[in-house]
Amino acid sequence: MAVGYRRERIDRGIKARCDDIFALSSYREVLYLVVPRVLPVLLLLVIPLVVGIYWAKVIVMACIIAILALSWDLMFAAGMISLGQALFFGIGAYIAGSLNHYLGLPPAFTIPIATIGGGILCTLLLSPVLRLRGIYFAMVTLALSLMFVRIIEATRILGGTEGMTALSPFPSLWVEVYLSLIVVLLCLFGFRRLINTDYGLVLRGIGENDRAVMSGGINIYWYKAQTLFIGSAVAAFAGAFTAHYQMVVGMAAFALDYSILPLAAVVVGGSGTFAGAALGALILVPLSEALRAFVGLRIVFYCLAMVIFIVALPEGIFHYLQRRYHQFERLVEVEVRK
Amino acid sequence: MGAVLVYGLINSVILALTAIGFSLTFGISGVANLAHGGLYILAGYLTWQLFIHLGLPYALAAVLAVIICGVIGALIYRLVLLRVRGLMLSEVIATFGLGIAILEALRWAGLISYKYKLPAFIKGGLQIGGVAVDYQRFLAVIIGLLLVAGLWFFTHRTKIGLAFRGIAQNERTALAYGIESDQAAMLSVAFGSALAAVAAIIILPLGVTTVDIGYEILIIAFAVGIVGGLESTLGIVVAAFLLGYSQTFAAMYIGTHWIMIVNLIAIVLVLIIKPSGLFGKFKELEERV
Amino acid sequence: MKGDYFLKVDDLSKRFGGVIAVDKVSFDLQQGEFLGLIGPNGSGKTTLVNLITGFVKPDSGKVIYRGKDITGRMPYTIANLGIARTFQMVRPFYHMPAYKNLIIPLYSPRVKKLSGGKYGERDHVAIDLLEDVGFERDSFVPYKIAGSLPHGYLKRMELARCMALRPDLIILDELFSGMSMSEVASTMPIIEKLQEEGKTMVVIEHRLRELFRVANRVIVLNFGRKIADGTPAEVMNSEAVKKAYLGTEAE
Repeated sequence: MAVGYRRERIDRGIKARCDDIFALSSYREVLYLVVPRVLPVLLLLVIPLVVGIYWAKVIVMACIIAILALSWDLMFAAGMISLGQALFFGIGAYIAGSLNHYLGLPPAFTIPIATIGGGILCTLLLSPVLRLRGIYFAMVTLALSLMFVRIIEATRILGGTEGMTALSPFPSLWVEVYLSLIVVLLCLFGFRRLINTDYGLVLRGIGENDRAVMSGGINIYWYKAQTLFIGSAVAAFAGAFTAHYQMVVGMAAFALDYSILPLAAVVVGGSGTFAGAALGALILVPLSEALRAFVGLRIVFYCLAMVIFIVALPEGIFHYLQRRYHQFERLVEVEVRK
Repeated sequence: MGAVLVYGLINSVILALTAIGFSLTFGISGVANLAHGGLYILAGYLTWQLFIHLGLPYALAAVLAVIICGVIGALIYRLVLLRVRGLMLSEVIATFGLGIAILEALRWAGLISYKYKLPAFIKGGLQIGGVAVDYQRFLAVIIGLLLVAGLWFFTHRTKIGLAFRGIAQNERTALAYGIESDQAAMLSVAFGSALAAVAAIIILPLGVTTVDIGYEILIIAFAVGIVGGLESTLGIVVAAFLLGYSQTFAAMYIGTHWIMIVNLIAIVLVLIIKPSGLFGKFKELEERV
Repeated sequence: MKGDYFLKVDDLSKRFGGVIAVDKVSFDLQQGEFLGLIGPNGSGKTTLVNLITGFVKPDSGKVIYRGKDITGRMPYTIANLGIARTFQMVRPFYHMPAYKNLIIPLYSPRVKKLSGGKYGERDHVAIDLLEDVGFERDSFVPYKIAGSLPHGYLKRMELARCMALRPDLIILDELFSGMSMSEVASTMPIIEKLQEEGKTMVVIEHRLRELFRVANRVIVLNFGRKIADGTPAEVMNSEAVKKAYLGTEAE
């Protein structure tokens, strides 16, 4: 008889929530549920006031990537894996940039128009692919995002290689920081709320098993299109925002960075929870800023992080943290017969 | 007119050669090897290093590069893909991440200047129907056609090839027949990678070796695959010729920058009219089970 | 006279590559009929159901439901017209609790039109439906993640999911396969009740004893072709059917 060990996971006794129902019987339970939600939000809102301008800008960048990651997570929930978030981002950026550059509209107009218009355009562009298997959606988003760069470079439309410069900026850095933060929080909590409704359940069903959803009388393509619209509109917002934040729009709007960074953020943070996507972005972007000495290797770093996480810790950091928060593990002695 | 015919042929075969590795891996094992572009450029880089820095004879360097790429492909499967087999998200992200990592690492290592030009196998050229064609392109066409024909024969007529295709279509049945699907998938990824290397060695001497070409390779492989249907060798050939001649036509009569637009229009048209590709066997719109 | 029949299947055919799965099958169904669909394995029963419900597009032939031509329409369109089916290989949403599996059909346009329903109300309807198939609302079963339920439970959940659509025509594809005797015994009353309520049903089954208790008409398929059509007694006495199931005697 030898002694082996088995890992046991047990829920903590204070798990007080089932779906929408909270059963609270003490302040401890209230805190247990409220703190992980409220504390990070408060931190996020306060940190920009404390760190310098440089890191505030990093936070804006992290928020932009977080928005892209959140939109990716939504599309993933409905079964669409996008390898080309840059496509939606770039379309939003170019719409906002063009409206500002050629028509002189201020950001308060260009951004909403770019958001909605970008969403409509992207949905129309990708609607034929919705009927095909998942790999086609991934391929087409990647191919289109790569192609748009080259087409703009070759045909020199919309500013060509120089792009459109001298776009109207935001009133101040604080507007930029808090606008982006608030949009991240809106998307985060909004998407979480959405995915927990019956509508969100239908979307999750489509992502998991679309034939079963079809047999239940639901037009999966229409719902996929709606999800695509919401996701691409949000990503287009990120693009439009960046256009006015950087005051320039060029081919770099379709850069691979905007496809890979959100993807790495979701993989590292954990797909399917939205909070993981935001968390991943808020971890990776500042981290890579700290490593900015290795300029050329940034994308390599993201890609390798992505690959390592997808193989070694596919659940992502958020799920891991959630698990540790809600459960505790212990090793139990077990007799092992030889 | 003769020029269009000849250049179109060359272009088409080159497109087919580029895409065949990717499409074959996908058709055989269901693995979309998005590292295809990365492996392509890596092959060129390896050949260069072996040839220039180690001073090996060119033929030996080329062969070694092909073998190394094949081995790398097998390693990618064995170390990474095996652990995430069946989870489409993970497979796609893993190969995608590795491919981009390879390309950007090479970019960081300096693969952007014009000094990376692989020499042609044979210098000089000949005349075909009054059109000047250099030997390298001529060789590319010959090897390309032979390769495509050989691969079609392999996957449609030999027992091993048919076994591979069986795995792609229905893995469980193939397993029941005793075909080790993991082994076969590993071989197919290795094979596809080696094919990417072969294509690189033949085609790269025709131009400069830069990292951005790696991304273009991905676009080409996707475009040809989408237009022709990912699982069908015949589809790849037909799509390659369709795109090849359209591109040549556009380049000669409208402008070279229209090549990418031709690709885009082709993809959009196919997606609207017949989304699974010209010869796509998985008719998504009809079989909904 | 097409309008008289509830469901009319007209010369339906489908081949996959070299195999003819369904070969010019025709039959009419009256409202309220209980049709049994039987035949040896591989005789095309499931394919026929797939053709009727839109999951496979037929090569030729027509399907007319209540006067409307539904040949080759999308599965969700057909489901919204009132035809619900179960799958032989169960297709639950493994990662959701059992009752949430039912919310998805409750979200369809058909159910929305018939009974409204807002967020939160569907939960109650789902629990009710699960109770109808035998899962007590006070037990833990409706709240367990579907992936952790045994196969027999999942089959009953399939039936509940079918009923959630408020169908007029119910097609069951081997519902009892994989169920234990006690589960079959507890599910039969549900089927009998559906028949008493006047629902039109098409049931594919291998358990002929249970099927013949409720079915008033049986169609037999073999190699994709219809070889018998009549009452259970007529069909079991038919020479063609005996040959299909048992084969001919060796000479």
